[in-house]
Amino acid sequence: MSSSMTTGVSSRKADPRGSGTGVEDAPLLQVRDLHVEFRTRDGVARAVNGVDYSVRAGETIAILGESGSGKSVTAQAVMGILDSPPGFVTGGEILFKGRDLLKLGQDERRKIRGSQLAMIFQDALSSLNPVHSVGYQLGEMFRVHRDASRKEAKARAVELMDRVRIPAAKERVNDYPHQFSGGMRQRIMIAMALALEPDLIIADEPTTALDVTVQAQVMELLAELQAEYNMGLILITHDLGVVADVADKIAVMYAGRIVETAPVHELYARPAHPYTRGLLDSIPRLDQKGQELYAIKGLPPNLLRIPKGCAFNPRCPRAQEICRQEVPKLFQVTEDDGTELAGRGSACFFWKETLHDA
Amino acid sequence: MPDQEKYNAADPLAEAGTEELEMPSAVENRTFDLGTMEAQSLIKPERLQDHPEAPAADERVEARSLWQDAWRDLRRNPIFIISGLLIVFLIVMAVWPGLFASTDPLKCDLSKSQQGVSSGHPFGYDNQGCDVYARTVYGARASITVGVCATAGAALVGTVMGGLAGFFGGWFDSVVSRIADIFFGIPILLGGLVFLSVVPSQSIWIVVAFIVVLGWPQIARISRGSVITVKQQDYVTAAEALGAGSSRLMVRHILPNAVAPIIVVATIALGTYIALEATLSFLGVGLKPPTVSWGIDISSASDSFRNAPHMLLYPAGALSITVLAFIMLGDAVRDALDPKLR
Repeated sequence: MSSSMTTGVSSRKADPRGSGTGVEDAPLLQVRDLHVEFRTRDGVARAVNGVDYSVRAGETIAILGESGSGKSVTAQAVMGILDSPPGFVTGGEILFKGRDLLKLGQDERRKIRGSQLAMIFQDALSSLNPVHSVGYQLGEMFRVHRDASRKEAKARAVELMDRVRIPAAKERVNDYPHQFSGGMRQRIMIAMALALEPDLIIADEPTTALDVTVQAQVMELLAELQAEYNMGLILITHDLGVVADVADKIAVMYAGRIVETAPVHELYARPAHPYTRGLLDSIPRLDQKGQELYAIKGLPPNLLRIPKGCAFNPRCPRAQEICRQEVPKLFQVTEDDGTELAGRGSACFFWKETLHDA
Repeated sequence: MPDQEKYNAADPLAEAGTEELEMPSAVENRTFDLGTMEAQSLIKPERLQDHPEAPAADERVEARSLWQDAWRDLRRNPIFIISGLLIVFLIVMAVWPGLFASTDPLKCDLSKSQQGVSSGHPFGYDNQGCDVYARTVYGARASITVGVCATAGAALVGTVMGGLAGFFGGWFDSVVSRIADIFFGIPILLGGLVFLSVVPSQSIWIVVAFIVVLGWPQIARISRGSVITVKQQDYVTAAEALGAGSSRLMVRHILPNAVAPIIVVATIALGTYIALEATLSFLGVGLKPPTVSWGIDISSASDSFRNAPHMLLYPAGALSITVLAFIMLGDAVRDALDPKLR
């Protein structure tokens, strides 16, 4: 599974933005066969069951999935901020610049967090400490990682606020989080993540809590800064609209597994997994006015009792006997004549048929 | 059924669904926009220019932290002002009793035992013929010292123990919580009667230490709960994700957010500790003469309350006012620090 994925995604980028050139260089982050489980009183919930993906410098990978598909848990495992107990990484590797993060000590991981690997959270208001001014919190990055003085830290904080285009940064540096609007707060979160120019940023639903108009501004800012610093970006989202413009490739997750990977535009045009197909079909469109809105029938599986075989089989319109027996691996998707489609994989026994339907 | 049809016909949406060409133009435009949304770029070039929400300089509200907010609230609260003035007065009295009473509280004249008010002795004399006014003034020192020191000690021990238990959890939490439960289970008066009667105590520090030992679990419970709540907040995870270590998380991020309920409980506890000291002294196990304490005076005056009520009323009144002042202060602080009550 991992081999098909890592070799498959290496060759092309859908978008020239970012590094563009580094085709053959080693990936910045490589997650291999990651397993995470939560040991709860009701049993073991297998939240992540063998996830593989890789991110290169300057590249944006979107991880798409419903709530509970394991996308945020994967990110937390990479950051090393999984709540443990009850969460445990039970297998796999997280290679960051060639080093396995899971084998590092707490202290080493802490030093990497923030300086080389940073995260942007969904709800900026609750992610900012209400008792400290935003300037203090931005400056904290320099104080923790760079031993900067108070004055220096504040000066850098103003600089950062300017960089994420917060107006009147100098006057607002001493303001508290509740005095900013939602969009401005998310800019501050972005500024915090960017403060030490990390190599990789994980954005966990960065625009979910924002208005549609502000969403676009924030995504634009993020994309622009990413290109400027040539960072890798992992964008976790359930919003297909947000993904379309920013991401280079997409990994769709379901029940703790990656069920489909593809360059972004190919995924929209020709999904090779029935679940992706279902997601795309359930976007409301006005040209279908009067008809019933499509919804994938059933509910996402309970992680305590993931169905046997393909986890999607109870909801899948294409399910056959084999789907109830065997777990499909991530197949390399090819054209009819057998030419491999770069970066495309589908964990469906019937990917060919699904691809044709599209 | 005919009703239903009529309804359908009147429904503009149902009509629009079937006869699209007759739709009003505004709706048409909107339809067009939404229909093409998917194919459009999410980020339009015209959005690249930000439209900053620049606040006009003169309209700017000054930045205020939680503490500044609380302070502003407190200053407007009459209860805080009254209790605050009383407490300042009591503290001055405790530190410089000579400012208020020129008579020595320990210089007694048995011939004046239980005598009433006379010139220069506004509260009269007690059993031993000591000046009640001087003893009431000097008694503030013992009460305030015990109250403040015991509260400070209990708050410190309780916050540290409870905070660490809440932060680290696991076995450490279990051990600390069980120890706290054990101390919590000892009735404070009964414990006082037993322990303090064994210790041949002369000093007020023994009483302070006793109150700290039995008082810290109350604060520890509050601080543990408060730290656990704050620890789960996103901003703590965010700080952790950006590289803050355990000590920084605790001191800079968790403590400032968890300390408000501790302050509230501690302020209210201060009043009760003063009352507790008086109770213990009344029972003869707290402070002992020659220390001047309201509890001792109340105790010695209670036998002859019918003959000479003034001996009891003044120290008891002073005690009540002091306890009331601190509890009122605690209430005012709680109102200011708990935004949910606003």
